Amino acid sequence: MNLFLDALAWLADPAHWTGPGGVPTRVLQHLAITFAAVTAAAVLAFPAGVLIGHTRKGAGLVGAIAGAARAIPTLGLLTLLGLALGIGLGAPLLALIVLAVPSVLAGAYAGVQNVDPEVTGAARAIGMSPRQVVFQVEIPLAAPVIIGGLRAAVLQVVATATLAAYTADFGLGRYLFSGLKSRDYAEMLAGALLVAALALLLELLLAAAQRIAAQRITAPAEDTAEDTADLPEIPREKERV
Amino acid sequence: MRFGSLYRLTVTVLPMSGEVAVIEFESVSKTYPGHAAAVAEFSLVVPSHRSVVLVGSSGSGKSTLLRTVNRMVEPTSGRVLIDGEDVRERDPVALRRSIGYVLQHGGLLPHRSVLDNIATVPVLNGIAKREARTAASELLERVGLDPKLGRRYPGQLSGGQQQRVGVARALAADPEILLMDEPFGAVDPIMRRDLQEELLRLQAELHKTILFVTHDVDEAFLLGDEVVVLREGGVIAQRGTPAEILGAPADDFVRDFVGADRAERELSIMDIDGRAVAVDGSGRPVGVLAP
Repeated sequence: MNLFLDALAWLADPAHWTGPGGVPTRVLQHLAITFAAVTAAAVLAFPAGVLIGHTRKGAGLVGAIAGAARAIPTLGLLTLLGLALGIGLGAPLLALIVLAVPSVLAGAYAGVQNVDPEVTGAARAIGMSPRQVVFQVEIPLAAPVIIGGLRAAVLQVVATATLAAYTADFGLGRYLFSGLKSRDYAEMLAGALLVAALALLLELLLAAAQRIAAQRITAPAEDTAEDTADLPEIPREKERV
Repeated sequence: MRFGSLYRLTVTVLPMSGEVAVIEFESVSKTYPGHAAAVAEFSLVVPSHRSVVLVGSSGSGKSTLLRTVNRMVEPTSGRVLIDGEDVRERDPVALRRSIGYVLQHGGLLPHRSVLDNIATVPVLNGIAKREARTAASELLERVGLDPKLGRRYPGQLSGGQQQRVGVARALAADPEILLMDEPFGAVDPIMRRDLQEELLRLQAELHKTILFVTHDVDEAFLLGDEVVVLREGGVIAQRGTPAEILGAPADDFVRDFVGADRAERELSIMDIDGRAVAVDGSGRPVGVLAP
């Protein structure tokens, strides 16, 4: 309990909120490496996931890659990469990308594959090219699941990005490592609280994005409310059954 | 400059008016690996601007046949011709855009408004979105829906309304040929009757070449200028006008399938107070002969 109060006191100290080692800088660094890792993972895994979901070929490969990548301990990988690449951001960035890829891949693949084949079949039958089916039908309809995959990736990465401080003076992990070294447990706990708060905030934002995407598919609320307010209410098919 | 190229695209994609839009099946066979032939040696000519209904139970290959026309299914052997041209010579995307297609469950895009669903093919063909939406709104009226429904999403419509939107979408690029794959099979009987009447009314105005697939023989007789009764494996049991088939079933299979022996089909005339009343096989009155 005392330690917790000490951590709050550490957070309340204005001296910790300024300068290159201050909380705002560290938070921005933490967000930057999270964003970089998830973006890189998305660039790599998203097209592959969409392609596999679209062709329905290579699903076994996804499972194997995702399973294998998930089984890799990030700290171990980081140590290995750190030994190879030396001090700096390269090693943690690569390790975080490996961490993010399975979630992004699985989200893209599962989302696209689960689009009703009757809808994609109809889109083809009325004359959409395979490209148009992917971009105008499959990806929009898979959006909630795709965002779900990104959400999982962001959460894992933002929590694990503390490891960036293992090989670089970067991110909120710095408070954990330096606190551990100098036995300043208040600083450690404060760092951990900041990471948790950041993860929670991102989770809330992405959950909201996912909800909005899901609504867009069924019926954007504003459109129907404004434009057809004067029409009698028509029960929705799902509710009637 | 841009407009010019769009114009050219439209011309190549849409059949010119006055074109005949004849569909010919030449010994079409389709075998799926590990199964008996879905369709074997099927030949048929669908004449210009007429409606031909393929009717058969499941396993008769009727949907497979329909889908060979827009290359959603490629025949294992044989050819499908439109106006003498093998459909395999055509680019599948351009071919499909030139043919209206209505599916059993509508197949509407759930993330697009009703208007945008109808406008899909014209927009793909390069028509400006605004213009395409205006045309789509007119089509909604044409298929008997309130244009205000255009802003809704497919999930907010009833099954019957969705099918009407499906018909409007098929008509949007003004194709000469309409393929209809059990379009009214999933709606309730009263709604189905309305949709059938609507289609008859539309066809009287539009004179498309319609190839229609159903398992409902009454629907086939109502909608088909010509009806093709299929056995298992796409074998033609009989083809003819509804009157020909009902009047002279080719064999027991057809007699049984069309229910020629059903009491409600066996009409006789009774004289009641000087008026000729038609009664069915069970003696139920079904109508009065016009004087």
